[in-house]
Amino acid sequence: MPLSEVRPDAGNVLVELRDVHLAFGRTAVLKGINLQVRRGQAVSIIGPSGSGKSTILRCITGLLKPQSGDIFLDGTDVRALKSEAELIGLRKRVGFVFQQYNLFPHLTVLENLVIAPTRILGQDLASARSNAHALLERVKLGGKAHAYPGQLSGGQQQRVAIARALAMQPELILFDEVTSALDPETVGEVLTVIGELVQDGMTCVLVTHEMRFAEEVSDEVYFTEAGLIVEHGPAHKIFSHPDSERTRTFLTRALRGEEQGRRQTNSFSPISFDRLKFSV
Amino acid sequence: MADSAYTDAVPLLPQSALVLRQGRTWLLLLLLAVLLGLLLRSGILQLPLLKDLLTWSPALLLGMLANIQISVLAIAIGTLAGLFIGVLQLSSVRLVRLAARGYVQLFRNAPMLILIYFSTYVFPFELHISSHYVSFPDWIKVTLGLALPASANVAEIFRGAMLSIPAPQWEAASSLAFRRTQLLRWIILPQCLRRMLPSWMNLYSTITMGTALASLVGVHDLLDTAQIASTTVNRVDFTVAIYFTTLLLFFIYCYPISRFTHYLERKYAFI
Repeated sequence: MPLSEVRPDAGNVLVELRDVHLAFGRTAVLKGINLQVRRGQAVSIIGPSGSGKSTILRCITGLLKPQSGDIFLDGTDVRALKSEAELIGLRKRVGFVFQQYNLFPHLTVLENLVIAPTRILGQDLASARSNAHALLERVKLGGKAHAYPGQLSGGQQQRVAIARALAMQPELILFDEVTSALDPETVGEVLTVIGELVQDGMTCVLVTHEMRFAEEVSDEVYFTEAGLIVEHGPAHKIFSHPDSERTRTFLTRALRGEEQGRRQTNSFSPISFDRLKFSV
Repeated sequence: MADSAYTDAVPLLPQSALVLRQGRTWLLLLLLAVLLGLLLRSGILQLPLLKDLLTWSPALLLGMLANIQISVLAIAIGTLAGLFIGVLQLSSVRLVRLAARGYVQLFRNAPMLILIYFSTYVFPFELHISSHYVSFPDWIKVTLGLALPASANVAEIFRGAMLSIPAPQWEAASSLAFRRTQLLRWIILPQCLRRMLPSWMNLYSTITMGTALASLVGVHDLLDTAQIASTTVNRVDFTVAIYFTTLLLFFIYCYPISRFTHYLERKYAFI
């Protein structure tokens, strides 16, 4: 059963984008994006490469500044944030998980999780550490606290990156193609962690190429192409009977590719999805 | 704690390789001892020679101290200035950047001896500050002469290290709500310094070897002492021996630095 029917959209609007335009030089990347994320919702953004999906996430957390349009986070006008302090205030509330993990290589896993809460939020070291250990247990990396990122597999690094984002106790986490750089065998373990987060009610925006996963966990799905939202709606609707022909073509192709990938490499374990379904 | 965790997990060298390495060092020392014995027996190396060497050794060591003093001071000044110029090299102001780059290119590509002559003959031998005369001894001038290329090299090492930090590290830290200064302090600079350390120590080694040039502008250093000893004793075997000793002293000082650099390179290779 799709999650959207289990969890009605009770929450108020946390993120809102209105007619957002962004260009790098003369290349227009976003050409009028409208998007809404309610508290507690999981929203997926799907679409072909280069359609501006990651750019949308970077705009939400103020890493990129659109030329026009409005971005609101819980009523705060993100585009109006001028000073560093104001941007810092925004970023404390928004977690970001990158495709390339981007852990700090000179710090141990534990230190990666502790540095921001202690230096930025001013938590004391002891409580930050115990919190970090709890988070590592949650992403099933309890034994790796003292390892360095370079000693972990891609999937493990990505789970650490998720835990690092969680350590800041954000209201919202943005996932930017977090499984795209991973070996097929480790994709499942990362998706499981994200699935559990969504179940726990964390507000998530996922840019993803994992269509099955997007269908499983999302309340709302946005299909983007060439800097525009082609179509959006509840996950089951987009995946079963989309309005747009372009969405249908994209999904057919993407899902076929996924099926093939799974047959060839026996990629991400179906077990994690079964578990997810049962617990839902 | 962090270091031990790392070495626990991944031994830097297999134990056997380490033993082999130590074994080789001992073998080398043994060979040297045997060689010394043979030289003594053959009569080339005679006891009077050893006595002379012993007589001169305190002077040699004192001379060596001058070299160490110059090198330490030169690298200290060079590092401070170099970090500053390195930052300027990354400035967003084009003119500042160009000036810094010009400085770096000029002093990186100049022979050290010329820079030492330059500083010796360009700087005044005493400074006149209000009514006080502050003398400006030769060894300080040499130090400055060596600090010039040191600073240029440090600036370049710093620039390279900064640019080698991948841009996503900045993005990741920004997204965790780090301010720019915090980001530099906790994320970028620690990675930078780790990357700089081996090259920096190499540079120190080079500068130390460069201090031997100080004798050419009249600084009483190890080489100068050796020359004085050689002309005073005025015996061929002693001259040969004293220059070997000079070489050995530099080697004893510089070789551990180079080994330690090698160790650091391995240790931080994973970053």
